Amino acid sequence: MGALDLARWQFAITTVYHFLFVPLTLGTVWFVVGFQTAWVRTGKVKYLQLTKFFGKLFLINFALGVVTGIVQEFQFGMNWSEYSRYVGDVFGAPLAMEGLLAFFLESTFLGLWIFGWDRLPKKLHLATIWAAAVGTLLSAFFILAANAWMQHPVGYDVNPETGRAVLNDIGAVLFQNTSLIAFFHTISASFLVAGAGVAAIGAYFLMKDRQVEIFRPAVKAGAWVILAAAIVVSVTGDMDAKIMVQQQPMKMAAAEALYNTTDSAPFSILSVGDVAGTTATPVIEVPGLTSFMATGSFDGNVQGINDLQAEYTAKYGPGNYAPYVPVTYWGFRLMIGLGMLAALYALWALWRFRGDRRPKGKGFAIVSSLIVLGPLLGISAGWIFTEMGRQPWIVFGAQKTADAVSPLVTPLEVWISLIGFTLVYAALAVVELKLILKYIKAGAPEDVEEHPFDDSQDGSTKPLYFAY
Amino acid sequence: MDLVTVWFILIAVLWIGYFVLDGFDMGVGMLLPVIGTDDLRRRVMINTIGPVWDGNEVWLLVAGGATFAAFPLWYATLFSGYYLALFVILLALILRGVAFEYRGKHDTAKWRANWDRAIVVGSVLPALLFGVAFGNIVGGSKIAPLEGAANPADAGSFNYVGSFFDLLNPFALVVGLMTLTVFATHGAIFLSLKTSGEIREASRKVALRIGLVAAVFAVAALLWSQAFSGRVAVTLPLSLVAAVLWLSALGMVMKGRDGWAFLLSAGTILLAVTSLFVGLFPNVMPSSIDAAYNLTVYNASSQSYTLTVMTIVAAIMTPIVLVYQGWTYWVFRKRISTSMIPPQPATGRADDRFATSAS
Ligand code: HDD
Ligand code: HEM
Ligand code: HEM
Repeated sequence: MGALDLARWQFAITTVYHFLFVPLTLGTVWFVVGFQTAWVRTGKVKYLQLTKFFGKLFLINFALGVVTGIVQEFQFGMNWSEYSRYVGDVFGAPLAMEGLLAFFLESTFLGLWIFGWDRLPKKLHLATIWAAAVGTLLSAFFILAANAWMQHPVGYDVNPETGRAVLNDIGAVLFQNTSLIAFFHTISASFLVAGAGVAAIGAYFLMKDRQVEIFRPAVKAGAWVILAAAIVVSVTGDMDAKIMVQQQPMKMAAAEALYNTTDSAPFSILSVGDVAGTTATPVIEVPGLTSFMATGSFDGNVQGINDLQAEYTAKYGPGNYAPYVPVTYWGFRLMIGLGMLAALYALWALWRFRGDRRPKGKGFAIVSSLIVLGPLLGISAGWIFTEMGRQPWIVFGAQKTADAVSPLVTPLEVWISLIGFTLVYAALAVVELKLILKYIKAGAPEDVEEHPFDDSQDGSTKPLYFAY
Repeated sequence: MDLVTVWFILIAVLWIGYFVLDGFDMGVGMLLPVIGTDDLRRRVMINTIGPVWDGNEVWLLVAGGATFAAFPLWYATLFSGYYLALFVILLALILRGVAFEYRGKHDTAKWRANWDRAIVVGSVLPALLFGVAFGNIVGGSKIAPLEGAANPADAGSFNYVGSFFDLLNPFALVVGLMTLTVFATHGAIFLSLKTSGEIREASRKVALRIGLVAAVFAVAALLWSQAFSGRVAVTLPLSLVAAVLWLSALGMVMKGRDGWAFLLSAGTILLAVTSLFVGLFPNVMPSSIDAAYNLTVYNASSQSYTLTVMTIVAAIMTPIVLVYQGWTYWVFRKRISTSMIPPQPATGRADDRFATSAS
């Protein structure tokens, strides 16, 4: 493998890995905010117990989100220096804003929250987790705006002398519809992931008949969040599909393995044969659905890969302008299918929990623990589809991935870092999973007490309420 | 002042912030086996930086992001050129960050010993390698246009053409030893400010001992750096004042004036980094091959629109960040001692029972 392929593998592995923790952080932090706010407002101990319990799991996850994010910040320079040179004027701005507006907020206030239980008055302490949660949203917003610009570059010119992009409208970059829709789609998908996690953990305790009065509400809260998130995900996904057809029609065609331009294009749920070839044979189809997704009308016209290839060759010169279709085709289906499975699960769960009921036996818990994987794999599939569907472009229509790689970084160097990161990441995944399971099994703390605000200074040897 | 100069200064400020703040985190981490002779002591040490280390590290991330936005050609050339060094730094930062959070989450001696090792390695390597990297930037490294570039005069074609081993030259290594020992001392001084009892005493002794070694490396590195400085008339006095501040910091350690000692060692770092940046200007990555290939604030920067936007954002956000980070230090200003460490780590008293029953 050459440096280009290695760099792509490295970026894909480290980013997908980072994004295992990110959606959990983005969603779970709001559960913690919700539970702690409920505790401060009602004074009910069970909310404090839930805050502590999910807070701890959240922090275990957050730690890996942070350290894997650091790698992301520098990878553009390491492996994609030609990309960084070409886009820095535009792309660097949202990245720097993310640091200044979001990362400082997240990390500083989270430190205050973790260690501040007795060092801050109750309401001020509550405010710190709100601030950290707002920080995670800001962080997502800026990085997604940067990514949206790669999908649909706007607000820039190319300097004819240097051939590099120059920003001329930051508002267009931050607030174009590609960016806003990606933000709502990704955030709601993250709530889907976190909701499924909370419901599954609750189901485990109900199966064990432990702490039922605490975890029964948790399952219901998880299920309602899944349901609400699923609606927003579908609506934003549909809007995403419509702008994708305008901005990256090739990606839509590849998502459908649609080789020839068609009116009232069907949506195939399964295909056989050679999706990577020049035709594909659908097995189960929903008539007109792709046209509807793409254009809003069941008999709208959807362009096929072959026509787009001819069009792009005329426009950009010879080359292959189609992404690797099996990945886009199956990525798109896994995203929707696995995510939507969770919505069915949520309906089922709410039915089983109606009134004062709760399911007995192991069945519900087993299904719940499996369903967690759905949204998590779905959200990765969504990204893999979006990013690989953009290929061969790194910045759509402006720079190709092959032209973006660092020219002098050797394959050996990339091998070293690829293997190094992958091994460390794999080891950390094992550790994280063990810790998460251990702290789930430990259950919610029983003897939670008030932690009165105590600002005593030097001379006091009272034990710290919280210490590493 | 033109915008590129403003951004050169801002990048310097971000690095100063990073070195002053994360510098003592790294120092505390390195000294874990030296001052932390038993687990309780090590926990005191880790808890002095527990609430703040992550916020401190963000200074690095913002320095990286700001370099990308303001000087993309610098960002691209630096991180692709010093590839393996940066890779090692990143691995180290990963291990260190996870270690702080996970060390207390499981209750066996082996578990904690392993994470302690991760903290030490994760602190020593960045402290050394950031200095080595700066030594190479200041001293000049092998920058040249790509062979066969369409426009070899355009800075967009400049790349680092040396190898990893070229980075390990004597000057850069001395700068690395300076940052390593200065951060260790800075960490010890921070510990003496933030702890009481025997740990405070031990920290002061260590600060004095390593501080003297650091003084030697710092004087050597700063004097040597004058050879590369574009403005010796400014950088030499700055370096000398830095040396004086350092010796007064050690004097304050001797007198037990921890607060002053910390301010003075922070001041030393500020002046030393300022001196290096002033000597570098207007270059950002001078070439040791030919001055025509220097990356400068002029040929490596973004255009004025981006710089203007970013100046507005930085002018609003930087003071706000300083205020709330400063407030964090105020909230956690209490000195910590071994008697204040609760028996069960990381879980808080409320849930001790479960942490033990599950481990
Ligand atoms: C949609 C959200 C999202 C996406 C697409 C990304 N991240 Fe991320 N990132 C977050 C959402 C996030 C977060 C929620 O803010 C994190 C995750 C968990 C966490 O601890 O904070 C975070 C942490 C995090 C950190 C550590 C921040 C700290 O120390 O507090 C850095 C440097 C990055 N990320 C950088 C990146 C880069 C360069 C990305 C592009 C490839 C990227 N992230 C994709
Ligand atoms: C966090 C969710 C994300 C995931 C899971 C993800 C996943 C991927 C994957 C799988 C690739 C490889 C595609 C290929 O090589 O064919 C890729 C490429 C890329 N992505 Fe993303 N991505 C994410 C977010 C982002 C963001 C937010 C940015 C920019 C801010 C970004 C920038 C890039 C770049 C520069 C490449 C080019 C490298 C390459 O082609 O391999 N990605 N991404
Ligand atoms: C009806 C259901 C859905 C539809 C129609 C839909 C549609 C889309 C489309 C068209 C894109 C590509 C955007 C682009 O590249 O321009 C996308 C991306 C994405 N999808 Fe979905 N999606 C659906 C459900 C889901 C679910 C359930 C999840 C998570 C489990 C999810 C996660 C993602 C992610 C993470 C991305 C990449 C980020 C982005 O570009 O927004 N999607 N989706």
